[in-house]
Amino acid sequence: MNVDETELPGLGVRKDFITASGRRIGVVELREGETELFVSTWDDPDTCQASIPLTADEAAALGNLLGGQHIAMRLAEAHKEIPGIVTRQFSITADSPFQNQPMGKAQIRTRSGVSIVAIMREGEVVPSPAPDVVLHTGDLLVAVGTQEGLDSAAAILRNG
Amino acid sequence: MDPLALTLIELGAVVFCLGLLARLASRIGMSPIPLYLIGGLGFGAGGIVKLDGMHEFAHLSGEIGVILLLLMLGLEYTASELVTGLRRSWQAGIVDLVLNFVPGAAVALLLGWGLVGAIVMGGVTYISSSGIAAKVITDLGRIGNRETPVVLAILVFEDLTMAVYLPILTAILAGVGFLGGLQTVGIALAVVTVVLLVALKHGHRVSQAVHSENSEVFLLNVLGLALLVAGLASALQVSAAVGAFMLGIAISGATAHNATRILEPLRDLFAAIFFVAFGLNTDPSTIPPVLLFALLLALLTAATKMLTGIWAAKRAGIAMPGRFRAGAALIARGEFSIVIAGLAVTSGAVPRELAALATAYVLLMAVIGPLAARFVEPVVKTIRRPRRPALAEAR
Repeated sequence: MNVDETELPGLGVRKDFITASGRRIGVVELREGETELFVSTWDDPDTCQASIPLTADEAAALGNLLGGQHIAMRLAEAHKEIPGIVTRQFSITADSPFQNQPMGKAQIRTRSGVSIVAIMREGEVVPSPAPDVVLHTGDLLVAVGTQEGLDSAAAILRNG
Repeated sequence: MDPLALTLIELGAVVFCLGLLARLASRIGMSPIPLYLIGGLGFGAGGIVKLDGMHEFAHLSGEIGVILLLLMLGLEYTASELVTGLRRSWQAGIVDLVLNFVPGAAVALLLGWGLVGAIVMGGVTYISSSGIAAKVITDLGRIGNRETPVVLAILVFEDLTMAVYLPILTAILAGVGFLGGLQTVGIALAVVTVVLLVALKHGHRVSQAVHSENSEVFLLNVLGLALLVAGLASALQVSAAVGAFMLGIAISGATAHNATRILEPLRDLFAAIFFVAFGLNTDPSTIPPVLLFALLLALLTAATKMLTGIWAAKRAGIAMPGRFRAGAALIARGEFSIVIAGLAVTSGAVPRELAALATAYVLLMAVIGPLAARFVEPVVKTIRRPRRPALAEAR
């Protein structure tokens, strides 16, 4: 993938690429730490159809969604042979009882039999996280387990 | 009345009115600069209300306003951005300079204002408002557009040109001869080069020297240093504003970001007073006689900026609509045109009508610029669209 980087003096840096469908898509990393997400129009690749300002948290959350989808699909592919095993993603919201707590405190595996195989954070993957990894708002946990186990894991993460 | 009380009342009333004007400007989504100028015209010589008590304060505050405007402009850019910008866009920058300096200079000569007047008016019509352009680009969601780096590169070139132009202007206005002028140009070029080199290699040290976790200490450090450097530059005849600009360039990274944040309210206040002070010194009755020339210049230099943008964007491989967007984004003139005219008028080396022409011109351009940027796209599209069916029929 060929990502173009262009300096925007006084504003920040633009990073973009052309998708297979012919749209230019990318972000502008602004000086103030905010991110502008943009997609070009279909008839004029020079201009933007949408230019959406994102806060640092929102950008991280979006990065997790995009990256998380990819990981989850690969995991689902890997577990296809084992009947009854499902992959699901849980996001840590601002009102989660475990935000800013080590993950081990939730005791997800002991209580629901579900394994957290990865954490998506700010567009990066933390593979097989240890129990002492501290959870933050916007983190996306990739979990593997049975349907019932995942339901109870979701309840644990929501209600404590 | 006690003169102090009078000054305070006048100053308070003016600043309060500026607040109302700024609110009006943000309500209709335009730059407040034209409204400040109109406010100044209303208060000043020959205006509705005559304010004498605050004259001295307004003058000094205006000077500080110019220093802060240029300091913050320098803070926006890092030295490496300036150097790469210069390398990438010097051709476009020179086209821009020639196309937009000549109309102003020609009109000044036509009006019989001599060579000095021509150099001043050329500067007024040359320099785009980077403030208005940046606002237009963000407001219209064009940050991600492909023509935006082209526009920004031209603005960077213009700002660097100011660092050489302002000292020359200061020298010419001070009435030094040809040799003296050459000397000043030499000093200015040397200073710009040295500062760029120092900023590239040791920018972090300059930043460290002013940096402080305590925002009070930091504010006093930056402001004190800026005034000191500006004063020294002024003593060397290199123009106070340029000294502040170069200091801004030398400060970089997180320190520059923090300095911008902390100085912004001060800049807003003092720059507003600067625009008012400029208006105060302009007699509104001198405007109608030059209005026709202002209109002519406005149309002419809107067209030349458009051409500049189209040329530069075409070179960068931008398609037709983007070329027009680039041109239109450059049209607005604002703060720096007034800074140039202000320098000239204060020195007394140019006729007072120049202030009137510059005021009328900037009033027009600060309004036309953003409007042109907003409506250029639909206009280009409607003009281009009907052609295709017509061609198809011909076939």
